[in-house]
Amino acid sequence: MNANEPGRRWHDMGGLGDDPAGAIDRESHDYALWEKRVDALMVLASSKGYFTVDGLRRVLEDMPREAFETQSYYERWVQSVTQNLMEAGVFTPGELGVKMEEVAARGETYGECSLGD
Amino acid sequence: MPYQVGEAVRLLPLAPPGHVRTPWYLRGKIGVIERDLGETGDPEALAYGRTDAPPRRLYRVRFSMDAIWGAAAERPEDRLDAEIFDNWLEPADAPA
Repeated sequence: MNANEPGRRWHDMGGLGDDPAGAIDRESHDYALWEKRVDALMVLASSKGYFTVDGLRRVLEDMPREAFETQSYYERWVQSVTQNLMEAGVFTPGELGVKMEEVAARGETYGECSLGD
Repeated sequence: MPYQVGEAVRLLPLAPPGHVRTPWYLRGKIGVIERDLGETGDPEALAYGRTDAPPRRLYRVRFSMDAIWGAAAERPEDRLDAEIFDNWLEPADAPA
């Protein structure tokens, strides 16, 4: 946030000379299974009409700047997808909390098993 | 009435809170309509789940670096194209 431009939001950083973007990392990288699932969840949720890419971006851009600097791309996505699904009435925070407990109770190796190895 | 290709437009110098796709550094700047991209969903409404909002016309607007950065432009003759919705545009000859 630029102190001289109080209406300017942190994500709208084009042209800010005091915070240059730096070099672009052109290395390709693999995605973890959970990241692919987050991407698939976004496609599924939008195809069902629960929200659009604009809703996804809104929540990403409403996050504090620290989220952008400390979390990975899909860590931010999963939070935005979750927020949008709650706003669309797909589940409540309480229902999500119960489900998270249920999944955690399956044990730490549950996710590995689903990889098929 | 839609803007015509070649018409000079100014981006509105607005700073509302909420979800906006018009880059800050282009607000208030003057460019030229490069092409009419037709109507598409309005991100300012869709971002809040308003799927019944009417579509908006989207334009590709061409700016010179000179028009954006003034004397600070490193290469004033370079151009930048940005896609801007019609509710952020006014004719460049409108009173500023």
